[in-house]
Amino acid sequence: MPPHPEWTAAMFPDEVWEHVFSFLPSDADRNVAAASCHAWLRIERRSRRRVFVGNCYAVAPAVAVARFPEARAVEVKGKPHFADFDLVPGDWGGGADEWVAAMAEGWPQLEELRFKRMVVSDDCLEVIARSFRNFRVLGLAFCEGFSTAGLAAVAANCRNLRVLDLQENVIEDNCSHWLSHFPESFTSLVHLNIACLPGEVNVPVLERLVSRCTNLKTLKLNHAVPLEKLVILLRKAPQLVDLGTGRFSGEHHLDLYSKLESAFTGYKSLKSLSGTWEAVPAYLPAVYSVCEGLTSLNLSYATTQNPELIKLVSRCKSLQRLWVMDFIEDDGLAAVASSCKLLQELRVFPSDPYGPQPVSLTERGLVAISAGCPMLHSVLYFCNQMTNAALIAIALNRPNLTRFRLCIIEPQTPDYLTLQPLDAGFSAIVESCKDLRRLSVSGLLTDRVFKSIGAYADRLEMLSVAFAGDSDAGLHYILSGCKSLRKLEIRDCPFGDKPLLANAAKLETMRSLWMSSCSLTLGACKLLARKMPRLNVEIIDERRGASWDSRPDDCPVEKLYVYRTVAGPRSDTPSCVWTV
Amino acid sequence: MTPPLEHDYIGLAETSAMENSTKISSSSSSSSSTVSNSEDNGKLIGHLNLKETELRLGLPGSEFPERGEGVGLTLGLPKSFGSGAKRGFSDAIDGSAKWVFSGGGGSEVGLGKGGILFSPRGENGSGKLPVASPAKDLGGVGKATGQENKGKVGSGLAAPAAKAQVVGWPPIRSYRKNTMASNSSKNKEDDEGKQEVGCLYIKVSMDGAPYLRKVDLKTYSNYKELSLALEKMFSCFIIGQCSSNEVSSRERISESRMIDTLQGSEYVLTYEDKDGDWMLVGDVPWDMFIISCQKLRIMKGSDATGNAPRALE
Repeated sequence: MPPHPEWTAAMFPDEVWEHVFSFLPSDADRNVAAASCHAWLRIERRSRRRVFVGNCYAVAPAVAVARFPEARAVEVKGKPHFADFDLVPGDWGGGADEWVAAMAEGWPQLEELRFKRMVVSDDCLEVIARSFRNFRVLGLAFCEGFSTAGLAAVAANCRNLRVLDLQENVIEDNCSHWLSHFPESFTSLVHLNIACLPGEVNVPVLERLVSRCTNLKTLKLNHAVPLEKLVILLRKAPQLVDLGTGRFSGEHHLDLYSKLESAFTGYKSLKSLSGTWEAVPAYLPAVYSVCEGLTSLNLSYATTQNPELIKLVSRCKSLQRLWVMDFIEDDGLAAVASSCKLLQELRVFPSDPYGPQPVSLTERGLVAISAGCPMLHSVLYFCNQMTNAALIAIALNRPNLTRFRLCIIEPQTPDYLTLQPLDAGFSAIVESCKDLRRLSVSGLLTDRVFKSIGAYADRLEMLSVAFAGDSDAGLHYILSGCKSLRKLEIRDCPFGDKPLLANAAKLETMRSLWMSSCSLTLGACKLLARKMPRLNVEIIDERRGASWDSRPDDCPVEKLYVYRTVAGPRSDTPSCVWTV
Repeated sequence: MTPPLEHDYIGLAETSAMENSTKISSSSSSSSSTVSNSEDNGKLIGHLNLKETELRLGLPGSEFPERGEGVGLTLGLPKSFGSGAKRGFSDAIDGSAKWVFSGGGGSEVGLGKGGILFSPRGENGSGKLPVASPAKDLGGVGKATGQENKGKVGSGLAAPAAKAQVVGWPPIRSYRKNTMASNSSKNKEDDEGKQEVGCLYIKVSMDGAPYLRKVDLKTYSNYKELSLALEKMFSCFIIGQCSSNEVSSRERISESRMIDTLQGSEYVLTYEDKDGDWMLVGDVPWDMFIISCQKLRIMKGSDATGNAPRALE
C-alpha cells in the first residue's frame, strides 16, 4: 500500500524517512519501499547501510556502489554453490578485483566486507587494507586466490579491525609471520578465525595478540596449535565466547591434562566450541565443565568416536547447534534427542563417504532427533539408507523444518524396505513443513515428487536435485510451481529443453539456475537467451573445444548456468564459458 | 612368495584394489547378503551371520585351495598387491584404513574354520586406530543394502566396489575432504608410541588373535563396561559365542550375556598385576584393579581353568 507520493514526501524531511526505513528488517522490504515512489527510492537508497549482492555478476560493481552511496557493510557472493563440489571450472570467474576497486572508489567509509565463494587476490586485500579508514570487519568464506602476505597487509593497516573471519578458504602460506604485522598498539580484535590457515602459526605472537585484545570473543585456531599452547592461550583469554581448538592434540606432558581441565573450568562464558579434535579420547573429559553452557558444538572435523562422543554431546544440554560426523551413530543421536531439547540445527557429515561405511548411522537417528527435539528446524544429514516411513515420521514430527538437506550417499537409492522411490517421503516433507526454505533431495525419485514440491513448497527458496526424476515433467513441475524459488541447482537428471523454455519467465524471478549432466541442447539455450535478454545464459564447457557459435543446435550442453542480471554479459568470461 | 603359513595383514588402500579383491569372491557373498536382508529392519548394519561367513588368513595374492569347501567366504587380493612380505602394523593401515583379511592356506592363528571378519568397532583405547571396514568385503552386509535392494543380491560384493566416484558426489566440500584426509594421515603418525595424558593405556592380548589391542582403563568405570568393550573389540575372534538369534545386533545383547560371551564358553579375562602375577579379573574393587593392572589377557577357557566351558543361558 504505497502512500500517495505528493503528500508523503512533503510531510516529513528525508531524515525522518531514513529513520523509518532503518526499521525495515530486510533488503526485500527496503526494495519494496524503494520501488513505491521516486521520493522513497531516493531516500531509501541514500540511507541503506547494508548491501547484499547475492550474485556478483547480477550488477556491475560501480552501479551498485553508486546506487547506495552510504553503504557501510556489504556482502558479495560469487561462484555457484556447486563450485564447492568441483563442478565449476577453477577459472570460471567470481573475481573480486572489480568490486574492491569500485568500493575503494565509492565507499571510503566502508566498515564491513564479506566475500563468499569469490577469487580474492592479495592485491584486493592490499587495496582493502589501505582504502577504508574505519574498516572493521573482513569476512572471507570459501574463497581462494590469496595468501598470508595479503593477510599481513590487512593486519598492518586496518587499525580498527574487529573481525577477521576466514572460513574454509584456500590460502597460500608464504608469509608465516603475518600475525606479527598487527602493531603492538592494535587492541581492537573481537573475532579471529584462522582455522583454515594451512601453515604454522607463531604462537608467542598470537599469545601477545590475544593478551592485548581484551575484547576478544571469538578465537578459532588452526591445526598448528598443539594442546600445550592451547592451554596458554586459553589462560590469556578467559572471556572467550566462541573457541575453535584446532587439532586438540599434542605431545604428552605430565600434567597437561589437568592444566587443560582447569583452563576450561575457568570458562564461564563459552558458548561455542569447535575444532578438528584429532582422535584424543583421553583429553575430552577436560572440556566437560563447559558443556552445560554450550549452544554450538562443531565436531564435524573431529575423528572422535563413540562412546566418548556420546558422553561429550549428551552433557551439552543447552545445545542449539550440533555439527558432527556420522561417528555419532544412531545411538548417539538418540542420546542427543533425549539430552539436547533445545536443538535447532543438526548436521551429520560422512566420515568415509567413498568407503564401505562401517558406521551405524541410519534413518533411525534422524527420526529420533525429529521426535525428541521440538525446536529442530535445520537439518543436513548424510546417510546410506532411508525409508518413506522415516521421512513421513520426520515430516509429521517436525512441521517447523525450514531447511532440510538429505544426502543418501549412493545415488538413486530407494526405500530399502519397500524398494519404492522416496517420492512419498519427500512429498510429506514439503506438505507438512510449510515454512521450508531450503531443500535437497536424494535417493530414488520420480517426477511425482517434483509435482508435490511444485505444488506445496510455497516458501521454498533453494532446491538442490541430483540423479532424480524421469522426464521433462519433473523440471516443469518445479519451475511452474515453487512460488518463492530463488536458486535451483540440478545435476544428472533427465530434464531437457522443453520445461526450460516453457518457464523462461520464471528464471527472471530467480537468482540463478544451474543444470549439469541433464538433457539440454544448444538450440534451447540460444532460444532462451534470445527470449530473455536480462538473463545471462552461460554454457560451461571444460573441454574448451570449437567455438559454440559454429556448433549445431542439437549439440548437447553439459553445464548450464543461468542468472538474472542488469549488467549484461560479463567481460571476464574464461575460455570454458560461453555466454549465449 | 613366502610360505602360506605366515599370516599377514593387508590394508587395501584404493577402491580399485577393493574392486579386484571383491570380484574374486562375489559368489559367496550372496548368502551373507540375503541373510542380512531378511533381518530386522533397523538392525541391518554390522550384522554378520557367523555360520555363513568363514574367513581364513593368508597371504596377499595367494591361491585359496580350500575355497571349494563349504561356504567359506574368502577374499582374494590383486596380484599386484603382494610381495608377500610381512608388513608392520602401521604399514598395513592406510589413511582411510580399509582392512581386509585374505583367506587361504593354513593358519597358525588357531581360528580354525570359523574365524569371522574383523569387526571395525575399535573402542576407546584404540580410538586412534583407523576404522576397519569388513562389511564391504562380506558382500556389503548391512551397509550396502541400497545395492542389494536394487536386486543385485548376488553381486553384493561387487556393488560397493562399483561405486565409482562420481565427480562432486556425494556433495562434500573439497576443504572437508582434504581436512579429513590429512587428519587420518596424522592419526597414523600419532599412533606410533605416543603416550597420552590422563589415561591408562594397557595392552590387551587374546589367545589366538593375531595382534594385540590397547585400551584406556580410565574410560571405564566398572568391570562391566570393560568387558563390554573388550567383547566388542575382540568379537571378530570369538567363534560362535553368541546364540544365533542374538547375533543380529550388538545392542540387543544384554550385558550379562556379553560377559558370558567373553568369560563364558571359551574365554577368561585375566590380568598381569604389578608383581607380574596373572590374576583373574573381577576379584578386587575396580579402583584397585586399574591401579594394579599392567596387561590384560583373554585366555582360552581350557587353558585358564581346565574346566569345561560354561553353557550360555
